Amino acid sequence: MHLLDFIHQLLPFTRDWADWFVYVLMVFFFAFAILNTLVAPLTGISTYIERRLAGRAQYRWGPNRVGFRSLLSALPLTRGLTKLADVQPIKFIGSKIPGGLLQFAADGLKLFTKEDIIPSGADSFLFRLAPYVVMAGSFAAFAVFPVSFWCSATNLNIGIFYVIGISSLVVPGVLMSGWASANKWALYGGMRAASQIVSYEIPVAISLMTVVMLTGSMNMNDIVASQLSGYGIEKAGLLGWNVFRYGGLLVVPFVVYFIGGCAEVNRTPFDLPEAESELVAGYHTEYSGFRWSFFFMAEYANMFAVGAIATTMFLGGPLPPYPAAFTEGLPMLARFGEGFFWFFVKSYFFVLVMIHMRWTLPRYRIDQLMHLCWKVLIPIALLWFVIMCGVKMWRMEQNLPKHPAAAAAGAHR
Amino acid sequence: MIAVLGLQLSNPGAWVFLAFAAVTVASALMVAVSRNIVYSAFSLLLTFFGVAGLYVFLDADFLAAAQLLVYIGGILVLILFGIMLTNKIRDIHVSNDTTNPILGAVVAAGIFLVLAYVSLRCDWQVEDRPPAATAHEIGRAFMGRYLLPFEASSVLLLGALIGAAYLARRSEKKEGA
Repeated sequence: MHLLDFIHQLLPFTRDWADWFVYVLMVFFFAFAILNTLVAPLTGISTYIERRLAGRAQYRWGPNRVGFRSLLSALPLTRGLTKLADVQPIKFIGSKIPGGLLQFAADGLKLFTKEDIIPSGADSFLFRLAPYVVMAGSFAAFAVFPVSFWCSATNLNIGIFYVIGISSLVVPGVLMSGWASANKWALYGGMRAASQIVSYEIPVAISLMTVVMLTGSMNMNDIVASQLSGYGIEKAGLLGWNVFRYGGLLVVPFVVYFIGGCAEVNRTPFDLPEAESELVAGYHTEYSGFRWSFFFMAEYANMFAVGAIATTMFLGGPLPPYPAAFTEGLPMLARFGEGFFWFFVKSYFFVLVMIHMRWTLPRYRIDQLMHLCWKVLIPIALLWFVIMCGVKMWRMEQNLPKHPAAAAAGAHR
Repeated sequence: MIAVLGLQLSNPGAWVFLAFAAVTVASALMVAVSRNIVYSAFSLLLTFFGVAGLYVFLDADFLAAAQLLVYIGGILVLILFGIMLTNKIRDIHVSNDTTNPILGAVVAAGIFLVLAYVSLRCDWQVEDRPPAATAHEIGRAFMGRYLLPFEASSVLLLGALIGAAYLARRSEKKEGA
């Protein structure tokens, strides 16, 4: 059925409206739905985890303790209700529910109510535009992630290449924010971010292309499907994942990708664009309130994206580590749930690693950062690309005569 | 005009196409006429993005992503770097902005007329089908029929890269000495 007819049937009153108006409304509706059901909860969970781990690392108790009681007592009107909220905390894997759950709510409330300041010297149009450009670049990548078995928002043929392409929108966005702020530190931060992202894009792309070359497809669902079997086993589970296939040779591009990915999303030890000790806060120095939080939503969405790409390309995406899925033969929703679970567990593992790195490692210097990229990661990535080319050719030589279809084709010639 | 182009407005794709075309043309105009060079550069972002969208409508998915990667991620960033390292970008004094206005207008009008004539005379085929995969075909063409130009351009790029590194290095030594 035609999309417009469907909308007309669903909501009869839209028949009187102009077609283009309905389309525009639909675009906004879909954008709103995706943002609020996928991206916003993801960034919310990530900030929650980050606050908690940061609290542990720095001996700040708040983020791990804030519960209903403290929130109620903070507001004068509800102070009397604290007795009601004074429930005994539940012990759950060493932490107490709601273990800081309301820190997240408090942060959100604070960001909503903060004054939105635009500096008088700033270019106000570009200053306002920049957070949206950055956010668009990082959120658009979510369209192709295989969130469950053979399930992604769009089954794009050029999947991973699209992700690499669309995320380059972030660079002009960051430069825009840096320049429009009319602040030296912001400009320095923007320039640093741009040079860092542009440089680290190279090892990241080469290590991802190694996987693309071995799989023979850029479609993320195809890449997941290719990791079902391995070592001659039909359903190999853990052994089919790209990291463990090929005798574990792909561990090197995997590590290169993860290091490069951390640098691309400006996480410590590569957070030079927002180095507090040198640049106040880098490219978002002048931003406040919700515009500021747009940058951070983009950062947390990017962190998840790095984890999701690493999961899809190297760790089998939504495929479970055991050979056959538990929910095989069960209804669609159960199957979807199993794939969804594994995809998010694996992706969040990388988010957790990145958060731990942030609170453990000191920051790189800019020359060390560039040295690591151009003189260490790029040569390794290139070398491994060539090695895996050899592996691919060797496997093709090995497999071609054995493959029945190929043998038949050979006989026909 | 729209009827001439064969667009069916009941099709949502037509509206998206018109939006992309409008964005591309409007931002390209902004690149040309803006007095602020930073605005020109950031309008170029929209132009490149719009062109990528038009590639999608021409069934060239790989080319669209390559357009984003190369033009926005590479060339635009390079231009922005150049601009941000420049002094006094806000009020540039253009001393010779009216050189040969008549000749320029004639050339521009001629090009416009040729393009308009071609686009109105051409029998545009509007197809309503899911886009085909182009990446495999492009790969085969690069590695097969067009191998020589492909390799020649890669050697050229490598030469440019080495040349850039050489030039950067020499100036660095001079400063030190």
